[in-house]
Amino acid sequence: MKIIIPVKRAKEIALHHTIKLSEKTLAKTKEAHNFLTDFADVILFIARLIRETFSRKFEVREFFHQCFNIGYKSLPLISVTGTIMGLVLTIQSRPVLANFGAETLLPGMVAISLIREMGPVITGLICAGKIASGMGAELGSMKVTEQIEAMEVSSTHPMRFLVVTRVWAATLMIPLLILYADALGIIGSWIGANIKGDVSFVLFFSQAFKNIDFLDFIPAVVKSFFFGAVIGIVGCYKGYNAGRGTESVGKAANSAVVLASLLVLIVDMIAVQVTDMLVK
Amino acid sequence: MKTEQTESVLLDSPKKSTKEPVIEINGLYKSFGNQEVLKNLSFKLFDGENLVVLGKSGSGKSVLIKCIVGLLRSDSGIINVFDQNVLTLKRKELDDVRQKIGFLFQSGALYDSMTVKENLEFPLKRMEKQLKQKEIDEKIIEALENVGLPEVLNKMPSELSGGMRKRISLARTIVVDPMIMLYDEPTTGLDPVTSDEISSLINDIQKKYKTSSIIITHDIECARMTADRLIMLQDGEVYEQGNLNKFEKSTDLIIRAFFK
Repeated sequence: MKIIIPVKRAKEIALHHTIKLSEKTLAKTKEAHNFLTDFADVILFIARLIRETFSRKFEVREFFHQCFNIGYKSLPLISVTGTIMGLVLTIQSRPVLANFGAETLLPGMVAISLIREMGPVITGLICAGKIASGMGAELGSMKVTEQIEAMEVSSTHPMRFLVVTRVWAATLMIPLLILYADALGIIGSWIGANIKGDVSFVLFFSQAFKNIDFLDFIPAVVKSFFFGAVIGIVGCYKGYNAGRGTESVGKAANSAVVLASLLVLIVDMIAVQVTDMLVK
Repeated sequence: MKTEQTESVLLDSPKKSTKEPVIEINGLYKSFGNQEVLKNLSFKLFDGENLVVLGKSGSGKSVLIKCIVGLLRSDSGIINVFDQNVLTLKRKELDDVRQKIGFLFQSGALYDSMTVKENLEFPLKRMEKQLKQKEIDEKIIEALENVGLPEVLNKMPSELSGGMRKRISLARTIVVDPMIMLYDEPTTGLDPVTSDEISSLINDIQKKYKTSSIIITHDIECARMTADRLIMLQDGEVYEQGNLNKFEKSTDLIIRAFFK
């Protein structure tokens, strides 16, 4: 059945669709423009960070203060997380290994999974939650309350004082926290092994380290430096570029956690691929 | 309130013309996107005077002083501070100019994570001329005494009231002996008594430190107490300028809206 539409009405419908299409195209163009602008901002931010890092006046005292904040103040959280990680992994894996009569492989398996993957990634994600959000909120609140501008007018470079120190402190402290979480994870695993069995501390550790060689450590340590840098850069970038209202402080903290966690996983994926290629 | 004698000396135009301008602004334009905030703004700040800049919210007052210290970059025009055009200075030269300027932010902008002492030490430790710790401590005590709060040295900003925070912020700006003071709405958010105290403090600082000041405000009492000369901004342009008397007697509706 044919539907006859008057020419005037057909023109109106065509115009309506054209306008809708133009609006959609405009919105998409704006989105693409915003994405590219943000990307360029990040690149410029990293370039400024590198330039300020190698400037003459490195804020040594503030750097150590940030190392204390990021490293020492995260110890309780990382201790609990690391221990639980090893404990749970052991309790979950033990019945499966027991089915194959391979319980003796438990210490080695737990140690390898903790050192290669679980320790770095889970600690990285915990740090993304704690440290990146803290940086985002702190710098965002400083921006809103004009503290960053106050630093600038007192001839202090806020980028050097606030950002460089935090990023480098995160880059150096997070690998240490990851190694600490690995060690506590192995202790947690020993505790887990002793819940339903009886294995000495020395025997458990000798079994665990018998299966680990130096090549297990190196890629994990290298990628943990990248985790630290990513967490520091994202936290500082989001805070430093927060908007003007108090609402933007929450947004900065929130987006810092989300983006840092995502990037930790992406960096991990790349690191695994690169390690795999290099080992082959 | 400024005495008649002081007023007559500072407002007398032949006398004033003998003073050197410390800040000279010519044809200043600043816009954010399509919105023009400052349009062809020109004025001078003379040595030793308190210049009050009045205007409604959004008239470009705060943008103006942020352009003067280089926190915002103007689109065109000239901003000469001690005969140096801020817009053409390199970072190091701009830092040198900034060390001669004290900036009191509207919110106080005290560093939350530092004690009052550390807040005052911060600019002192970053001065071109390196000071010994003993000199730094003396300057901090002197600045705190000048704002009437010597006892809060080891307190955190969160432990202070709004008025106390403004005073400490003022102490942080005067501790480096600035030659020019820029006040961004110094009495906003304060009760009338504390506002009067801050206005008196502005006058005391001018006398003691021989500063030249730009005071951004829409608080007429503050303007009455501190102004040697006034400028009114309207839509980013100088709408009127002159002494307090001229503004008080004006029949212009926009000015009358302030000086009821």
